[in-house]
Amino acid sequence: MIKIEHMSKSYGPYPAVIDISFEVLRGEIVGFLGPNGAGKTTTMRVVTGFTPPTEGVVTVSGYDVVSHSLDVRRHIGYLPETVPLYLDMTVTDYLKYMGEIRGMNSSWVKERLPLVIGMVKLGEYRDTLVGRLSKGYRQRTGIAQAILHEPDVLIMDEPTIGIDPIQVVETRQLISDLGREHTLLLSSHILPEVSAICSRVLVINDGRIVADDDPDQLSDKLQHAERIEVSVRGVDAPAFISAMREISVVIDARTDQRVSIVQRAERENFSPFIVDARPNNNASELVAKTVIDNGWGLSNLTPLPMTLEEIFLELTTEENLGE
Amino acid sequence: MRFITVIAAKEIRTYFSSPMAYVVSAAFLGITGFFFVASVSDAFAEASIRGYLAGAVFFMIFMSPALTMRLIAEEQKMGTLELLLTSPIREFEIVLGKFIAAFVMTAIMTGLSLYFILVLFIYGDPDIGPLLSGLLGLGLYAAATLAVGLFASALSSNQIVGLIVGSGILTALTIIDFVSERLTGLASQVLDGFQLGASFSVFDLDSFGVAQGGHFADFAKGIISVSDIAYYVSLTAVFLLLTVLVLEARRWR
Repeated sequence: MIKIEHMSKSYGPYPAVIDISFEVLRGEIVGFLGPNGAGKTTTMRVVTGFTPPTEGVVTVSGYDVVSHSLDVRRHIGYLPETVPLYLDMTVTDYLKYMGEIRGMNSSWVKERLPLVIGMVKLGEYRDTLVGRLSKGYRQRTGIAQAILHEPDVLIMDEPTIGIDPIQVVETRQLISDLGREHTLLLSSHILPEVSAICSRVLVINDGRIVADDDPDQLSDKLQHAERIEVSVRGVDAPAFISAMREISVVIDARTDQRVSIVQRAERENFSPFIVDARPNNNASELVAKTVIDNGWGLSNLTPLPMTLEEIFLELTTEENLGE
Repeated sequence: MRFITVIAAKEIRTYFSSPMAYVVSAAFLGITGFFFVASVSDAFAEASIRGYLAGAVFFMIFMSPALTMRLIAEEQKMGTLELLLTSPIREFEIVLGKFIAAFVMTAIMTGLSLYFILVLFIYGDPDIGPLLSGLLGLGLYAAATLAVGLFASALSSNQIVGLIVGSGILTALTIIDFVSERLTGLASQVLDGFQLGASFSVFDLDSFGVAQGGHFADFAKGIISVSDIAYYVSLTAVFLLLTVLVLEARRWR
């Protein structure tokens, strides 16, 4: 559905995206992962026909984004990073207008509007001014305009940024649901989000694609160590650490120094530790077993997912070594 | 064509849902009313709308950019321009739709002020020719000033910048005779050719801005000349085209 071949995009002398190639097939949900300024938004703007590529060929549904820009724009639904809303219109008026400028006729709009409003759960805010909506509902309104005209391809730039955690969960659910009917390209800088929603992840850094894989394999590949947060009672630090080091899969154990954790530990009277272990060895179970066997109190045991910063460090250092 | 109507209809609705249209209408009625009254309240005043036209022409230097300043700048600021430009809609359709909306608003405001004509017919015997030519001229003049304002609005995401640049261009074109008077020969004639309205001679209460110079003067006198019409139509076309180009350039940046 989306095909990018050797695409580069520069703003004046500044390259934003350098020679990237990838393809998104029909029905795929692809996550575009990268830090701010990596080139995510630029790539999406090229795909939506907002800005032409400096070099390379980009096609959507078989149409070239430069020579057949209008055809491309008919086939995509786009949610930019800053949700584009007219604050002085009601939700219904706004969506009607969006439908009209997408070339929908009024009977089609009439048919789709209640469906879409139902999908994004905006029913009770149908006649509210967009400017009065909370951030999460504005986001939903933005998603509604992107799917109203039943596009083949949906492109969402940071769809969950800046909304509260409960709404983030709901929005992610909504996006996963949409993924069943649409080809979806979404960008994010939050790894768990991408792993939860997407069937494939593209990691972009400094304008280049540094990884292209499904989310599980990506973290497996990158995660050389599994990190576990453990809180115990009734044991002093040196004893616990030496006990941990005796477990075969454990690489290292140390006291957790993070301020918030330490404060809570003092209040609730437990000792916090961080244990690094080799991945895929059921390290958590082994750690728990050791704690129980020794008769200590186990108050918390949480495997910590690798953060995006760590993944980036990982990817960029590997690349540096290769150079 | 359908997209142009869709955009124009939306912008007209937005005008009426914000205080802007009402405030500007009130100011327009106030100022044109003042000029009208001042021009017809002499002992032997002529029953014409020249005073009204002078006031309208003067005020539109600020009113037109004020009406258009929001139209594109706001879309840029709110990010909705990205949405418009990724919809299957062409730049010229966006620009024309917005231009038409602003023109319709101006027409409505002008319409509201036309009770002056009624007053003239009740208390005097106005000459219909200059009256109609004056209104035709005002329509052309409004279109040109709105096009300049729309262009200024496309330059940045800041409405105030749009207002100042728009009024600035229009003021410069209005007082161009300050420069041309000090020149001689061809240069002076060329500059005169660009004169927008009837300069600040509008403040000369004896002649009411219809004295000399400017492409508007003849319309107020009842003369319709091709060169005046061509001037306003070209000015409108050029600035609308420039607006389209500014929007297109945004893509290539």
